[in-house]
Amino acid sequence: MSPSETARDVASPAGAQDSAPAERPVITVEDVVIRYGTATAVDRVGLTVAAGETVALIGPNGAGKSSLVNAIMGLIRPAAGSVRVHGRAALVPEGRQLFPELDVEDNLRLGAWPLRSQGAKARDTTRVYEVLPDLADLRRRRAGTLSGGQQQMVAFGRALMADPEVLVVDELSLGLAPLITAALADHLRELNAARGLAVLLIEQNARLALDLCTRAYVLEAGRIRIEGPSRQLADSAEVAAAYLGGAAEPPGPEGDDG
Amino acid sequence: MSEFVQYLISGLAVGCGFALLGSGLVTIHRVTRVVNFAQGMFAVVAGLTAGSLLSAGLPHGVAEIVAVLAAGATGLLVGIAAIGRRGTSPQSALIITLGIGFLAYAIEIMIWGDNPHSFPGLGGAVDIAGAHLQKQYFLVIGAAALGFAALGLFFTRTYLGKALGACASNPYAARAVGINVTRMGLVAFTLGGMLGGVAGVLVTPLQSLSYNSDVLLITNGFAAAILGGLNRLGPAMLGGLALGVAESMVAGYYKASYQSVVALALMLAVMIWRASQHTALHEEAAR
Repeated sequence: MSPSETARDVASPAGAQDSAPAERPVITVEDVVIRYGTATAVDRVGLTVAAGETVALIGPNGAGKSSLVNAIMGLIRPAAGSVRVHGRAALVPEGRQLFPELDVEDNLRLGAWPLRSQGAKARDTTRVYEVLPDLADLRRRRAGTLSGGQQQMVAFGRALMADPEVLVVDELSLGLAPLITAALADHLRELNAARGLAVLLIEQNARLALDLCTRAYVLEAGRIRIEGPSRQLADSAEVAAAYLGGAAEPPGPEGDDG
Repeated sequence: MSEFVQYLISGLAVGCGFALLGSGLVTIHRVTRVVNFAQGMFAVVAGLTAGSLLSAGLPHGVAEIVAVLAAGATGLLVGIAAIGRRGTSPQSALIITLGIGFLAYAIEIMIWGDNPHSFPGLGGAVDIAGAHLQKQYFLVIGAAALGFAALGLFFTRTYLGKALGACASNPYAARAVGINVTRMGLVAFTLGGMLGGVAGVLVTPLQSLSYNSDVLLITNGFAAAILGGLNRLGPAMLGGLALGVAESMVAGYYKASYQSVVALALMLAVMIWRASQHTALHEEAAR
């Protein structure tokens, strides 16, 4: 709509389909191979997340999802291939991974570690309390004493403190009550819609992931088996049989526990 | 009474040295899980360096500060050797620090010879409750108190201190938020070196140091640090002070040769107690 957006459209490759990412990428993974000893966890995987896009990575336990996340975050080095992150990626790790002895405020402040050269202002936590007001009442509580849902909220807040372009969420729903998961999913939607924050969601609950994200990859035994728009995947018999617990059905307005 | 005060104050002063060494051990172990056997060496390096600088004509204060910085640099070097290589386990790193401790003997003998060295501290004495007390004791206690306060503020008030705490609390999460855990380990080693250095420059005027004084220092520092499971600063500091006083009392009222037995006995008692706690916990968990 604005002139600058038009200019960007011109610069993007012509003939792109409406479902394909036309925006600049924030995460580009190309032909990545990850090995542990002789075992290959991830085998020539490619994946992109465009600015402002929500992408799901689904697949069974042991498919290599967490290995891929660790490679994207630079926590492990792939044996081959390349991982590029344009801008900043922040991680909401599997199992929350807070600093249990530190209080909520300090957990959040440490999320701004990548911005430490920008001084004390970058560590100001008020911007997170504005987005996640429930955390404000917990700011002096030690993170280890919080409930699972509260901890996941802190993990979100900590990731947001890095002012990321893309949020990598490793297992949003794991170990959380459905109501709490739904609330966190709403927060994610809101952050995506209001700020254009891109999201890469790694999730075992495929229904939740496909519902939340516009595009998805299915990772099985270290390889991308299917990729495409979420709606298309949700309708595919293959995905439905393996991950949605039965035959394909039109996605309802609310995800039920099928 | 005058004897008691004498032993108490001199014990506290020496205990400050143990407490500083113990805090250095804890600072390094919390972040890296490495038990640094070269910790006593930092004190020796600082004490001997300060002595040399003073005889070269540098004024008091400057010489001590330079010596503490030198100990910090030594700490950094030990850290690079111990944890600089990716994937070095804390157990391997422990052996590396032990080896460096012996290597340091050779270097120290080459520089300073194998005779004990000392340098004069704060001259003069005061009489309190009938006891004749060197002013240096009070300088040591005051300086150590300042050091502990600074260390406490560093860990609870500064961003770098919090990041070190984060590495201690959850290394994976620290890496996930972008903290370079190895670099933080090197910061911890540098800090540990400086703490050892402060102990060295404070204690040298009280008791002369030679290259192998590190054994006695590390024994006492370790006994102090293990009170807090090598992970807590408070118990390490209090343990060091208590140890200093207890040894001073044993030496004063009984025999000086028995004073290091106090540290060893305490260390053994704490380790046996902790081991039994661990076994109990494991048995509980196995059920």
